[in-house]
Amino acid sequence: MSQAPNDANPNHRTHGVPEGLWMRCPECSAMLFRKAVEESLHVCPECGHHFRISAHVRISQLCDPDTFEELFQDIEPGDPIHFHDKKSYKDRLQSEQSKTGNKDAVVCGKGFIKGRPLVLAVMDPTFMMGSMGSVVGEKITRAIEQATEAKLPLLIVSCSGGARMQESTLSLMQMAKTSAALARLDDAGGLFISLLADPTTGGVTASFAMLGDFIIAEPRALIAFAGPRTIANTIKMALPDGFQRAEFLEEKGFLDFVIHRKDLRSEIARLIDFCAK
Amino acid sequence: MATTIVESQTDTFASAGASNLRHVLEFEKPLAHLEQQIHEVEGLQSKNGVDYAAELRDLRNNYTALLRKTYGHLSAWETVQVARHPQRPLFRDYVEMICRDFRELHGDRHFGEDPAIQCGLARLAGHKIMLIGTHKGRDTKEKIKCCFGLAHPEGYRKALRCMKLAEKFGLPVVTLVDTAGAYPGIGAEERGQAESIARNLMEMSRLRTPIISIITGEGGSGGALGLAIADKVAMLEFAWYSVISPEGCSGILWKGGNNVAEAAEALKLTSKYLKPMGIVDTVIPEPLGGAHRDPRAAAYSLEQYIAKTLRDLKRCKTENLLARRYERFRDLGVVIESSRKQSSRSMA
Repeated sequence: MSQAPNDANPNHRTHGVPEGLWMRCPECSAMLFRKAVEESLHVCPECGHHFRISAHVRISQLCDPDTFEELFQDIEPGDPIHFHDKKSYKDRLQSEQSKTGNKDAVVCGKGFIKGRPLVLAVMDPTFMMGSMGSVVGEKITRAIEQATEAKLPLLIVSCSGGARMQESTLSLMQMAKTSAALARLDDAGGLFISLLADPTTGGVTASFAMLGDFIIAEPRALIAFAGPRTIANTIKMALPDGFQRAEFLEEKGFLDFVIHRKDLRSEIARLIDFCAK
Repeated sequence: MATTIVESQTDTFASAGASNLRHVLEFEKPLAHLEQQIHEVEGLQSKNGVDYAAELRDLRNNYTALLRKTYGHLSAWETVQVARHPQRPLFRDYVEMICRDFRELHGDRHFGEDPAIQCGLARLAGHKIMLIGTHKGRDTKEKIKCCFGLAHPEGYRKALRCMKLAEKFGLPVVTLVDTAGAYPGIGAEERGQAESIARNLMEMSRLRTPIISIITGEGGSGGALGLAIADKVAMLEFAWYSVISPEGCSGILWKGGNNVAEAAEALKLTSKYLKPMGIVDTVIPEPLGGAHRDPRAAAYSLEQYIAKTLRDLKRCKTENLLARRYERFRDLGVVIESSRKQSSRSMA
C-alpha cells in the first residue's frame, strides 16, 4: 500500500508513527522513507528529530539481542473507582489494549546492555499517553525492588503524560510508592539511571523520573511538571523558545547530559562501569 | 446543578448573627434564607418585647434539620466548594488557634523564601513539633504574596530543610495541606518544581522522625502530595484530595463543556471514598455545616487528632515506624494479577 501521508489528518503530522511507506517528519517536514527512519533508530535522517517509540521498540534498540526477559507481565489494570467521562475507563482500557497489544503503559524486565546485566522499566507512550495508574506504579515499584534485591543497576525510561486521571488519587499515590522504593534502592547503594524521552511530564517527572543518580534525556524531549499549555493559560504570556526542552533543563541544572539515541547503549554501559563496585 | 462559584457581591453575604458576615455558597441559599428569618424574628422580639420563643424554637429546629440534611448529602462538587470557602480556616488561623508557641523559619538556603509554604517550631498540646503548612493568604495583599497557596520549588525545599532539622533534633513533623496545586509558571519550572516535589516524596518516605499530614482544605495533586508522605494521613471531612482539580479534569476529558460537577464526582475525591481506599487513615469530623461555620470547633478536632496521633507515633521505634510508613504507601493501588489470583493489594 503506497500512499503519501494524509495531511488532512493532523494526527499524522504530530503524533506517533503513521501507517504507510512514507512519513513526514513533524520537525522539519521532510518526506521520509519509513524503512530509513526505522533503520536509524526512529530518528529523522534529515534533522535528527527523535520520534516517539513504543516500549518494545525501545527495548529492542537498547538491549543486546534476545537478552530481554519480561517480568510482571500478568499484571493488569482494574477500574478501581469506576471512572466514567464521555467514555468509560473500562472501554478506554480495552480499546488501548487491543490497539497496542499491551496490558498497560509500562514494560519491565531484565536484560543486558553491551553485556552488562540490568533491570529495566520502559514506559510506553502509545498506551494512554504513557500515563501512570496503579499498574504502572506497581510494576515500576517491583522493578525497583527487584534491582535492590538482585543488586543490579536499574534503568527507567520515562515517557509519559503524567499520572492517570482515570484512577484519580490512587494514581497520585503511585508517585509516593515509587519514590519510597527508590529511597530503599538508594539506601542499599543501588544505581538508578533515569532516561527521559519525549514527553516526560506531570506526576512522572515529579517522582521517579527526577530521582536518578544520573538523569539523562533525548534531544528536544519535553520535560515538565506543568505542561506548557497550563502555564501559558495561567500566566497569560508567550513561553520562551525551547522552554521545557531537554537542552533547557540541562542549562538550568536538572540533567546530567542530553544524549542522541544512537549513543544511548554505549553511554549507559559507561555509567554502569563507573559505578560498579 | 448550577456551577457558579462566586456570586455577585450584593447577594453573597447573608446576615448570620449581628456581627459576622458569611459568604453563602449556591447550595446554602435556603439555609441563608432561614438564618435571615431567625435573625428578623429575634430583632422583632427585642424591639417589640413580644415573646416569640416558640416560633424561634421551630425556626431554629428547622434550620438545624436543614443544615444536617444539606451537609449530610453534599455532592462532590459542593464539597469542593466548601473546601474552598472564603471563610474556611487557613494555615495561619489554625496556628493561632492550636499552637501555644510558633517560631516561623524562613528560606530554603538556596534561592529564596516562599510564603506559600510556612514552617516553624511549634508547641501543640504539650508536644514540641515542626509544623509545616501551605497558606493561601487571608486578605488580597497576603493572597498575592502567597500566590493563593500555590507553592514554588523554594517552598518545597524549605519544607524539606525544616524536616531535616526536625529529624536531627527529634521533633515530630506535622503538615497541614491546603493547596490547589504547585504553581505552574516559568520560574517554578526553571528552578525544578518537579525535582523539588520528587525529592520530598523520597526523603519524607525515609525521614527518621514521626510525620503526620492532614489535608485541611484542598489536596491538589503533586503540590499537595509533596507535603503529605506521612505515617498517618488524615483529612478534614469536607476537604478534597485528587490527582487533578475538577476544572483541570473537565478541561481535558470533557473538552470545552463546563462539566466540573461531573468531573468532581468521577474523581472520587471526597473523604467518603478516600478513607475506604486507604488513601487517608482518618477523617476528622467538621462542625455541623462545615469548618467555616465554627472555625474554633474545627481547630479543636484537629488539635485533638494531632495530640492523640503524636502520642501513638512517639511510642513506635523508628525502624518500625519507617517499615510501616513504607508498607502504607506500598499497598496503595489496585491491579489484577492472574498468577496470584487476587484482585488487588488493597481494596477491591
